[in-house]
Amino acid sequence: MNGPLLEVADLNVIYKTYEGTVAAVNGVEFSLEAGRTLGLVGESGAGKTTTALSIMGLVPSPPGIITSGSVNFAGKNLLSLSEKEMKKIRGNHISMIFQDPMTSLNPVVTVGVQISEALVAHQNLSEAEAEKKAMEMLEKVQIPGQRYREYPHEFSGGMRQRVVIAMALACNPGLIIADEPTTALDVTIQAQVLELMRSLKEEFSTAMIMITHDLGVVGEVCDHVAVMYAGRIVETGSLEQIFGNARHPYTLGLFRCIPDIEEETSKIRPIEGLMPDPLDLPSGCPFHPRCPQCMDLCRTVVPGVLDDGGHRVMCHLYGKGGAVHG
Amino acid sequence: MADLIKVENLVKYFPVAAGNVHAVDDVSFAIKEGETLGLVGESGCGKSTTGRLLIRLIEATSGRILYRGRDIASADKKTLHDMRKEMQIIFQDPFSSLDPRKSIGETIGKPLEIFGMGSKREREEMVDALMEKVGLSPRLFYKYPHELDGGRRQRVGIARALSLSPSFIVCDEPVSALDVSIQAQILNLLQELQETMKLTYLFVSHDLSVVKHISNRIAVMYLGKIVESSPSLELFSNTLHPYSQALLAAVPIPKLDRKRERFILSGGVPSPINPPSGCRFHTRCPWKMDICSREEPPLTDRGGGHFVACHKVK
Repeated sequence: MNGPLLEVADLNVIYKTYEGTVAAVNGVEFSLEAGRTLGLVGESGAGKTTTALSIMGLVPSPPGIITSGSVNFAGKNLLSLSEKEMKKIRGNHISMIFQDPMTSLNPVVTVGVQISEALVAHQNLSEAEAEKKAMEMLEKVQIPGQRYREYPHEFSGGMRQRVVIAMALACNPGLIIADEPTTALDVTIQAQVLELMRSLKEEFSTAMIMITHDLGVVGEVCDHVAVMYAGRIVETGSLEQIFGNARHPYTLGLFRCIPDIEEETSKIRPIEGLMPDPLDLPSGCPFHPRCPQCMDLCRTVVPGVLDDGGHRVMCHLYGKGGAVHG
Repeated sequence: MADLIKVENLVKYFPVAAGNVHAVDDVSFAIKEGETLGLVGESGCGKSTTGRLLIRLIEATSGRILYRGRDIASADKKTLHDMRKEMQIIFQDPFSSLDPRKSIGETIGKPLEIFGMGSKREREEMVDALMEKVGLSPRLFYKYPHELDGGRRQRVGIARALSLSPSFIVCDEPVSALDVSIQAQILNLLQELQETMKLTYLFVSHDLSVVKHISNRIAVMYLGKIVESSPSLELFSNTLHPYSQALLAAVPIPKLDRKRERFILSGGVPSPINPPSGCRFHTRCPWKMDICSREEPPLTDRGGGHFVACHKVK
C-alpha cells in the first residue's frame, strides 16, 4: 500500500450563526492506513462529528463553511470534488453509520430494499442480483435473510443497527465512518454489535473511523486514537501509546473521571469547569482554563505539536514552539 | 442503621392492548438510612418504574412501600402530600425536567412555595443558599433553563430536589445525559450532599461503573425482577448470577489489559408482555437447565446479604 488511505490536513470548519462564528474544527490533521481503525474521542462539541461530515462532504451549508484544508482519500482530494463526483464515493467507497438506527432507517421502506439501494446505485446490479446480495449482507450481520421484506419497526434496536451496518458494508467500502454507533444501545447489545463490527472489519479489511465519547469502546475496537477538544486534536497515537502513556492533561483527565469498574476507588477526580463556548474559544491552548497544569505561556500561545514516534501531543508541557493565536 | 425504605412484593403492570406489561413483578428490597441502593439493568427492566413507584409518582398494582414504617402505597392524599416533603426525585434529562418558562430561582423555590415555607423574601434567601450548595452562581437566579448547559441544569434539578430538606432522593439516571467530565462533577456533588445532609438514595442507572462508584448495595434487575442483590463490592468480586456476569463483561473498559473474560449474550430481551416462564433469563442463559423454564428460582441469601435468584448457583 502506497501511503495512507485517508489523509486529513489542516482542516478548518466554521459555522456562521446569528450569534457569531462557531469555530467547530480548527486545524485537524490525521491519517489512516487501509484496514486500520481510528477512534475519534471527545465530549459534546469537540468537533468529532463535524470532522466526519467534512470527510463525507456533508457539512450543512449554510451555516457550515470548510474554510481550508484537504481530505485526501485514495489519492483524491475530496474537498475539490463536485457533488456529482462525491455521490459516487458516498455509500460506495466511504459509508457512514449513524448513532440512532431508528432515525437513519426509512420507516416506510423494507430493510432489504434499503440495503440493495446502494448496490443498484453504485454497482450496476439488477434488482434481483441486489436482492440476493442484500440477503447475504443480512446473514453477515446475523439476521436471517428471509427478513429482507420486513420494516425497521419490526426489528429491535440492536438488530436495526446491524441492518445499518449491512447497508454500510454492502458495497465493500474502503472506509466506514461510525458516529457513536452503539451509544443508543444497551450494554449487552453494545457488546454484540461491537463484536460484529470487529469481525466484519477484518473480513472485509475495511478501515474505520469510530467516533465515540466512550474510551471503553475505543479500547474494544480501535488501534489508533485521536483525542479532540474544542475543535483540535490534542493528542493522538496508537492505542498502546494513548492508553498506556497518555500525556495531554485533558486525556489524563478523561481517564481519571471514569469510575474504575475493576479497582477500588473512593473519589473520582473530575475535570474542573466546562467545555469552552465555541463562539468564543479561549486564546492560547483551548484547554488552559480547565487545565490543572496551566502555565502563563498556555494562556497566550497555541502549543505546537510534539511528535514522539507517532505519539503526537499538543501541549506546552512537552514541546516548545507554536504560534501566537491571532 | 434502621431501614428507611422497605419494599415488599411490589408489582406494577401496565395494561396495553396486547395484555399486561410486567414492568415490575414482585420486587422486595430495603434501603438503610444514609445508604445508597444502586438499581441497575438495561432498558425496560423496570428500574425507573421502581423508582417512580417508591415515591408514588405512579400507583403500584400491588405490594407495600414502607417509609419509616408507614405505607406509602396506601396513604391518603393528605398524608401523601406531607410525606412528599421527605422524598424527592432527580430526573435523567435536565432538558425536559425543568419548566422552560420558569427562571432558575422560581424552579428551585417552587417546592418551598407549595409547602408555604417562609415569606417570599425568606424563600429567596433559601434558594440562594441552595444554589450555593449545589455550586450554582447566584447570578443565574433570573436565568432560564435554555441559557444553561446540561451540567448546570442538572444542578438546578438537584437544588430543587434538596429544597425541602428531604431524607430520601430517587436519582433516576441523573448523569446519563451528561458528558463524562461533567458526569464526574455531578457524582462527586451527590456524594458530598449525601454526607452533609445525611441523605438516602435510590440510584437508578444502566451504567455499572457509575453505580459501583456511588452505591453501598446494588440490585440487578432483569425483566421486572431482581436477579441478584448484594453489597456493592461483593457484587463485582463475586458475581453469581449469569445475567450480572454478562452485564459486567459487556462493559467496555478503557484499559489495555482487561482482566475480565469476554462473555457475550445472544439475542435480545424478551417482551415484558408475555415474559418467559420459570426463570425469565432462561431464553438467553448459557447455563440453562430443564428446571429453569419450569420453575422460577427464588431470590435467596447465599451468605453475607448476597441474594441470588438462580437454580444453578448453590
